[in-house]
Amino acid sequence: MPCDSSIQSVLIIGSGPIVIGQACEFDYSGSQAARSLREEGIRVTLINSNPATIMTDHIVADKVYLLPLTVESIEQILDENQIDAVLPTMGGQTALNLAKECDELGVWERFNVRLIGVDIKAIDKAEDREKFRQWMIELGVPVAQASIANSLLEGKEIAQRIGIPIVIRPSFTLGGTGGGLVFEKEKLDAALERGLSASPIHEVLVEQAVMGWKEFELELLRDAADNVVIICTVENFDPMGVHTGDSITVAPAMTLSDTAFQLMRNTAIKMMRDLGNFAGGCNVQFALNPETEEIIAIEINPRVSRSSALASKATGYPIAKIAAKLAIGYTLDELKNPIIQDTSAYFEPALDYVIVKMPRWNFDKFKGADDTLGFQMKSVGEVMGIGRSFPEALQKACQSLENNATGLSFISTARLKPEELIETLKTPKWDRVFRIKEALSVGISIKTLRELTQIDRWFLYQIQDIVKLEKKISELRHLGELDEELMWEAKQMGFSDDQIAEQLRDCSADEVYEARKKMGIRRVYKMVDTCSAEFEAKTPYFYSTFERPATKENGSTLHG
Amino acid sequence: MSVTSPASTKPAFLLLEDGTFFNGISFGAEGTRGGEICFNTGMTGYQEVFTDPSYTGQLLIMNTAYVGNYGVKKEDVESSSVKIRGLICKNISERYSRMQASGDLADYLRDNNIVALEGVDTRALVQHIRNKGTMNGIISTEFNDIVRLRERLKLVPQMSGLDLSQEVSTNEAYTYGSPDATWRVAVLDFGLKQSMLRNFAERQVYLKIFPAHSSVQEMLAFKPDGFFVSNGPGDPAAMDYAVQSLKDILATGIPMFGICLGHQLLARTQGIPTFKMHHGHRGLNHPVKNLLTGKSEITTQNHGFVVDGTVAAQTPHVEITHLNLNDGTIEGLRLTNKPAFSVQYHPESTPGTFDSRYLFDEFITMMQAHKH
Repeated sequence: MPCDSSIQSVLIIGSGPIVIGQACEFDYSGSQAARSLREEGIRVTLINSNPATIMTDHIVADKVYLLPLTVESIEQILDENQIDAVLPTMGGQTALNLAKECDELGVWERFNVRLIGVDIKAIDKAEDREKFRQWMIELGVPVAQASIANSLLEGKEIAQRIGIPIVIRPSFTLGGTGGGLVFEKEKLDAALERGLSASPIHEVLVEQAVMGWKEFELELLRDAADNVVIICTVENFDPMGVHTGDSITVAPAMTLSDTAFQLMRNTAIKMMRDLGNFAGGCNVQFALNPETEEIIAIEINPRVSRSSALASKATGYPIAKIAAKLAIGYTLDELKNPIIQDTSAYFEPALDYVIVKMPRWNFDKFKGADDTLGFQMKSVGEVMGIGRSFPEALQKACQSLENNATGLSFISTARLKPEELIETLKTPKWDRVFRIKEALSVGISIKTLRELTQIDRWFLYQIQDIVKLEKKISELRHLGELDEELMWEAKQMGFSDDQIAEQLRDCSADEVYEARKKMGIRRVYKMVDTCSAEFEAKTPYFYSTFERPATKENGSTLHG
Repeated sequence: MSVTSPASTKPAFLLLEDGTFFNGISFGAEGTRGGEICFNTGMTGYQEVFTDPSYTGQLLIMNTAYVGNYGVKKEDVESSSVKIRGLICKNISERYSRMQASGDLADYLRDNNIVALEGVDTRALVQHIRNKGTMNGIISTEFNDIVRLRERLKLVPQMSGLDLSQEVSTNEAYTYGSPDATWRVAVLDFGLKQSMLRNFAERQVYLKIFPAHSSVQEMLAFKPDGFFVSNGPGDPAAMDYAVQSLKDILATGIPMFGICLGHQLLARTQGIPTFKMHHGHRGLNHPVKNLLTGKSEITTQNHGFVVDGTVAAQTPHVEITHLNLNDGTIEGLRLTNKPAFSVQYHPESTPGTFDSRYLFDEFITMMQAHKH
C-alpha cells in the first residue's frame, strides 16, 4: 500500500514535562517522526508544553505550539490550521490520554481529523489490566494465573490453588493502596484482610507472582497489511519483580534458545495481529519460567516507548521514523532500511555486539526515599554501553554512570561484610550489580547469589569473570608485570585504564595508556549497522572496542 | 573468555585463500580443517545450524557476539551429527545457563571432532568476505606458519562443481511418522533437516526417505501422494543424475515440493541455470515477498548457489512466486503445467521464524487437489 495522499498535514502530540518514569525518549521519537513525515512532504504541526526539547526546535516541525496539553489547546490548533490527521503514538501515555479525551469529546470528528497509527479500542484493550487478561485468555495466550476474591476464605482458596508467592491487588483503590506481595504462608491472612478492607467493594485480585522468572521484551513493527517484524529482543538482567525501567537490560537476549525465542515471537505476532487497527511500533513483554521454558504475556504497549528508543539505538533501526511512515499508509516491504539504504526495511536486525542499558538513580537527592526497586519505576535516566562482549558492555555502562564508578569496581560506597552483603542482596536495590561483584570478590558462591537474586547464572558467570581478571591484575606488583596477553584481556573485558591503574596501585591511568599503546593495543571502531556486517551501511554509527588485527601476507593489517 | 578456563587458551589460526591471517583461541577439537568459509547472522539456534547437513564442507563464522550461552540439548539437532567443518566465533560461553541443556557447546564440538576458534575479530572477517566474496580457508590448532597452512589449504577442493549430497544422504531408505497417516510422501534425501520430517508428520503425513541415487520406480513402490526434494550441500550443477530423477518425478504428474537444493534442481529441470553467489545468504532474517499473496515473510536461509532470475523470468511454464526483498533474487517458483513448486529458503526454519510454515499446508492442499 503506498502512502495515503489524502494526508497533507499532521499534528504530533508531545509528551509534556519530563518526569520520573517518562523522560526524554519521547522527544527522541517525536523528533524522528516529525522528520520522517516532512520527508514525505507532509506539513507537521507539533504541540508540547515542554520547551526544553529538541522536537520544539523550529527546524524539526513546520509549526510549533508551546501550549498546555489540553483539549482546549488542541481545539485552538485545529481552528487555526488545516490538519488532516493526528499522530498520538509518539508522546507516550500523556499523548495517548489526550487523544482519547479529544476522541470522547468528539473533537476529532468535529474537525474531520483522522487518528493515525493507532485505534482507541486497541489502547483500551492493552492498557486496562483486566481487559488485557480477558483478551489474552480468549486468544489462548498464557497469562499469570489470577482470580477475584470477595472474602478471606475465597482468597485463601485461590492462594492455595496458585501457590505462594502471590500478589494481592485490591479493586478500586488509588495507587495500589492495600496491595502487596506475599512470600510466606503465615502472612497470607493478614495481607488478604488488609487488601479486602482497603477496597471499597471488598474485592481483591489474587495473582500468581512470577518472581524469579526471566523477563524479556520484544520491540515490533506492524504495518497496515499485517506484516510484522521483531526489531529487537531485550533481556532483563533483573528478573520479574523489578520494573523494566529500573532493570539492567541487555540486547540481544543472551540466554534465550531458538525454541523459546520463536515461541515468544509467534505469541507476540498473534497478539499484535489481534490488536485491531494498528500501524507502527509496539512493545510486548513476556516472563519465562526457567524450569519449564513456558512463557506468559505480561503486557503490550501499542506505541513507541522508552524501550523502543533503546531498541533503536541498540540495533541502529530507527523505529519511530519507520513507525511514522507506517502510520501514513506505507507498508514495510516498500520502504528501505534507512541505515543500509538499498535493502528492505522489512527485516529483523542482527547484532554482532552486546548492549547493556543501566538505569541511573538519584536517591542521594531524595533523602528518605525508599531505594528498594519494585513495581514502580524510580530511575531518572539511563546509560547504554556497547561492546563485543557482555563484560565490556557492562563495564562501559558503569563507567558512563557519572558516579565515580570506574567499571564494576565501584568504590564510593562502604564495603560490607559477607553476612551484610547476603542480607542486602535479598532486596533489589540500585547498587545490586556492584554488590554482586563485591560478593563474588569475597567468595560468595554463584549458587548462593542465584538463590538470593534469582538473576540468571549466565550473567553471574560473566561478573565472576570480571572479578577473576581484576584479582589477577591486583596480584601484580607493578605495571611492568602486566603482559600483553593480560592487557588484551583486560581491555576486551571493558577495564578502563583508570580501573587497571587502581588495581595496580603503583601507576596512573596515563601510564597504563602509554604501556598498552607500546603493545599496539589501541581502540578500533566498529559499526552499529542493523545487519552485523552483511551489507555495507551508508549511515551507521560507531562504538569503540579492542580487537586483535588480522594480518595480510605482505605484513599489512586488516581492521573491520 | 579465557579467564574462565586457563586450559582453553591454546592458540589457533585461520588462513584465507587470499593470504589474510587471523589469530584465535582454540575451544574445539585439535587439528587442521579446510573448507569454504561462510557466515551466518542468526543470533539464536547455533546447535540447529551446526547440525544442518547443508553446511557440509564449510568453515562457519557466527557473526553474533556469543555462542554457547544456553549450552546444547539432545533434541535441538537437525541431523545425527555436527555437519560444519569448523567454527569461527567471537566469544564462546563455556559455562552455560539452561536447565533443559544436556551439556556445554565446547565439549559437544570436541566430541564431534570439530575444530573451533574464538577471540577472532569476526566483524573484520565478515566484512572481508562480504567485500572479496566467498573463498576457501583453513583453521588449525597445529600449524601457525603460513607456509605449512598454505600447503594444506591448496588441498581443499573448490565448492563449485562439488557434489556433496551423497556424503550426507541416507544409505538406506527408512520411514518416518505413522503408517496410518492420511498422506504418503516420498522424500529424496540430499542432506535433509529433521524438522522437515517433523513438519510433514505434524500434518498427517507418513514419509519414506530415499537415498540420493534412488530411481523414481523405487520411490513409486511406496505409492506416494507426493514427492519432497530436500535441501543439501554442494553445487546443483554437478548433480545431473538428480536433475534426471526430478524430471522422472515430474513425468509421473504426482505433486512435488522442493526446498533449497531441491528448488535449484527443479529450476534445472526446466533448463534454468544456477550459479554461485558472491557470498551467499545465511541467517534467520532474510525478507521474502510472496508475489501471489502480496504478503511478506522473514525467512531462514542457507545457500551459496542461486537460480538465474533473468532466465527464470523467460522460461515457459515457470512462474516466479517469491522474491528476496533485499537483492531481488528468486526465492520461489512453481510450474504452471505440473503440480510442482519450490522455495530457496527454509520454511521448516529451526532455527528461525514460523512465517513460512504455510508452504507445508499448501503442499498438502496440492496433494488433496491431485487426488480428487
